Amino acid sequence: MTLGSLLLLATEAGEVTAGFTFAGPWILRNAWIVPFIPAMSFLAILFFGKRLPYKGAEIGVASVLTCLLLAIIANVAWFDHRDNFEAHGDRAEDAAALVVRDVGSAAPAVVTVDGVPDEVDLTTSEEEHEAEGEGGHEAVHPSTAVRNEATWFQTGGVDFKVGTLIDGQAVMMLFVVSLISLLVHVYSTDYVAGDRRYTHYFAFLSLFTAAMLLLVVSATTIMFLTAWELVGVCSFALIGHWWEEKPNSDAALKAFLTNRVGDVGLLIGIIILFFAAGQTFDIVEINTQAVNGQIGHNTLLIASLCLMAAVMSKSGQFVLHTWLPDAMAGPTPVSALIHAATMVVAGIYMIARLYGVFFEGFSIGGSSINAMAVIGTITLFFGGLLAFVQDDIKKVLAYSTVSQLGYMVMALGVGAWGAALFHLFTHAFFKAGLFLGAGSVSHAVHSFDMKKDMGGMRKFMPKTFATFMICTAALVGVFPFAGFWSKDEILVGTGGWGLFGGTGGNGAYTLMLVGGIAGAALTGAYMTRVIYLTFYGEFRHVAHNDHAHHSAVDEPEPALVAAMSDTTTGAHDVVEHADTAPVSDHGDGDEHKLPHESGPRITVPLIILATFALLAGLVNLPPGFLTGDEAGWQERFLHFYEPAGAAYFPAISHGAPSYSLAIFSSIIGLLGVAVAYYYYFVLVERKSAEVGESLTELPDGLTTKFGFLRAGHKVLVEKYYLDHLYTGIIAGGTKGPVAKATNWFNQHVLDEAVDVVGRSSVTLGEGVYKHFDQKVVDGAVNTTGLISNEVGSELRKLQNGKIQQYAAYLFAGATVLAGVLVFVI
Amino acid sequence: MWLNQFLLLAAALFCLGVYGVIVRRNGVMVLMSIEMILNAVNINLVAFGAFNHTPVGSVFALFVIAVAAAEVGIGLAIVLLIYRNKKSIDFSDVDLLKG
Repeated sequence: MTLGSLLLLATEAGEVTAGFTFAGPWILRNAWIVPFIPAMSFLAILFFGKRLPYKGAEIGVASVLTCLLLAIIANVAWFDHRDNFEAHGDRAEDAAALVVRDVGSAAPAVVTVDGVPDEVDLTTSEEEHEAEGEGGHEAVHPSTAVRNEATWFQTGGVDFKVGTLIDGQAVMMLFVVSLISLLVHVYSTDYVAGDRRYTHYFAFLSLFTAAMLLLVVSATTIMFLTAWELVGVCSFALIGHWWEEKPNSDAALKAFLTNRVGDVGLLIGIIILFFAAGQTFDIVEINTQAVNGQIGHNTLLIASLCLMAAVMSKSGQFVLHTWLPDAMAGPTPVSALIHAATMVVAGIYMIARLYGVFFEGFSIGGSSINAMAVIGTITLFFGGLLAFVQDDIKKVLAYSTVSQLGYMVMALGVGAWGAALFHLFTHAFFKAGLFLGAGSVSHAVHSFDMKKDMGGMRKFMPKTFATFMICTAALVGVFPFAGFWSKDEILVGTGGWGLFGGTGGNGAYTLMLVGGIAGAALTGAYMTRVIYLTFYGEFRHVAHNDHAHHSAVDEPEPALVAAMSDTTTGAHDVVEHADTAPVSDHGDGDEHKLPHESGPRITVPLIILATFALLAGLVNLPPGFLTGDEAGWQERFLHFYEPAGAAYFPAISHGAPSYSLAIFSSIIGLLGVAVAYYYYFVLVERKSAEVGESLTELPDGLTTKFGFLRAGHKVLVEKYYLDHLYTGIIAGGTKGPVAKATNWFNQHVLDEAVDVVGRSSVTLGEGVYKHFDQKVVDGAVNTTGLISNEVGSELRKLQNGKIQQYAAYLFAGATVLAGVLVFVI
Repeated sequence: MWLNQFLLLAAALFCLGVYGVIVRRNGVMVLMSIEMILNAVNINLVAFGAFNHTPVGSVFALFVIAVAAAEVGIGLAIVLLIYRNKKSIDFSDVDLLKG
């Protein structure tokens, strides 16, 4: 049977039900092993960690390293499976898996790039396709997900299934999560060394990784929900790792509770989809039905909005993003993990996983505005603005994450699925690099405050500086760093703006294109500010350099670490850092006087991440760029990871890249850099030279001169007053009048009712006691006792201990039995 | 006809034995009465065996004699111990089983 005939058969039957198989490479069928390993590691560390020489860290590192190796194997297996898997056999689903759908007439004809022309079958299908005269999706070898499942339990006639659904995005995430997690593990062995809950920390790091990996492989929404909540719990535990300090436990609670708001949405969304898709939790089934229009549009819209609430809380989208900067209270490696690979990308991953639902629910194809794209655009812009007013280096990076997540949500909102995932991929590396770099700096100066305690760090920490610069360049989107390619692809995906010749995409999302380009400028500017405040100027920390000060600093983290392990850290610093420290004069007495480079367990992960930040963009080169028309190198990421042609994935179209758009957006981004550069590196530097000390801003800047700018600055410092809205107005408003009304109702209605019931119960109870209990019940009990007593004392006489009397009874009994035997029977 | 006579003899011996077990106070006499009951049964067994022309009855009787020997050995040991403790073998004095 050729592909063509299969195609015809399936089209005639009108049946599109698959895009997956239960066969496939072993590692893809048994991908549950990957989350299972760190889950076991969690238990092992908890039970045995403290007795081991490295306090459990070695188990964590080893398990995550195993995960990474398995993830790489899974990726390689997937590459082969993706290109070469042929659904054969007589099952209708297999046939349907090969259906290449047409896009429909709304979208303009789009040229996509993936083609594997040397496949005989493909040419057949292509001919078939063209013969039918339909535009749209070019025939590519369809992606076939590998599934494996088992029934968890059955109740009410519904199978609750667990299973793995491994397709491109899953193997990609397996790789990213385990790589980042491994680097974070290694980094942590130095960063939190000597911590009092060191073992506990590594246990939760393992569980966090396991939860995220489970989320990645899950095939049903119910399993997804479980992993989702598990991720939330782990983030709670890790953000509040140093819970002795009130702000830390507050931040952990805030993260957890804000996420609860969204989780309600997730639960409702899952329930809606469960009933809409005919009582199933199966992600593939739900997506397929959504794509085929078997679920009503309004149902999908409501479900999408509910799920969107979950994304907003988990992935820090605007109005529910407030927990994310506060989550910086956790240890820095945890922040890196949360921001790069786990937790916040869970929301993005969820949209990508249920893309059929969102695509149809929000009518992404062919429109020019929808809720998801708008939320993403608002987030990327306003999150970027907030990064300008933070003095804490980690908070700047946190808002930067908010902004970048906005890009991803926006990309998904405009139908640029591949671009969003690609940005997730590249962002994971450079953002983890930035966070770990910030952690490295703070490790040296024991603070996160850029204005008070940093400045001029490039002289002390050349490796950290270099890697931080590379990651910054990637974040800003400088050619040819990773961020450039992914950001450009997102902008291309918005489609629309004819000015750049950027055609295609799923609609004309002009507003999103403008927002994305403006966001690029903001990114450039705030990152330049961070670079200046941290690495340039003069070191500002020397003036107040004593441990008494550290413990009074708002940020408790490094102070706590230092205080907890002062002696051990000191000794270890000398040993570990002696070879890498650029400042040679730090002896015993003034060891902390000048900061020095971190040890290899911190710098090596930084270097690895910087390498990825530099090169990761090359995996998805735009078609035609440097490679001519050769298909072997362009858009490999999209080719391998997008489930193109699978029945559970909507037929999205891809925008054609344009040089002019790439150049224009780069110029705008660099313009942001230039403005910030002029302000800091020229104006502030000059002023500093005049005053004679290292300034962090102009004493008479724009905000002091112009009232409305000052007001704007205040709004940003107050974070758009969202925290006031939540705690002051919503929580306070609930507490005040509602509490009063509740109190009145409680006192007058509930208590009254309770009192009446209580009084009548007492009266009734007394009557019952006197008449029924005492006379009837007790009488019966007493009579029974009396009878037993009498019978007992009579029977007692028989038991007189005289054996011969017993023998007499025995023979009497035997005689009676004999009589019965003889005369009766 | 002659089977009847054996059975009647056995019944008489059995009743005598039971009477002895119930009324005699002397422990040794009680044991002897028990022997009499057993031997009544033995007579029955041998009589039935002979009447049916089979050796099974006699074999059974031999087994009963062997068991009876063991029984009377233990019984006499118990009586001896009772005597050592109570300086008496009167069974009416032995009432430790009294409830």
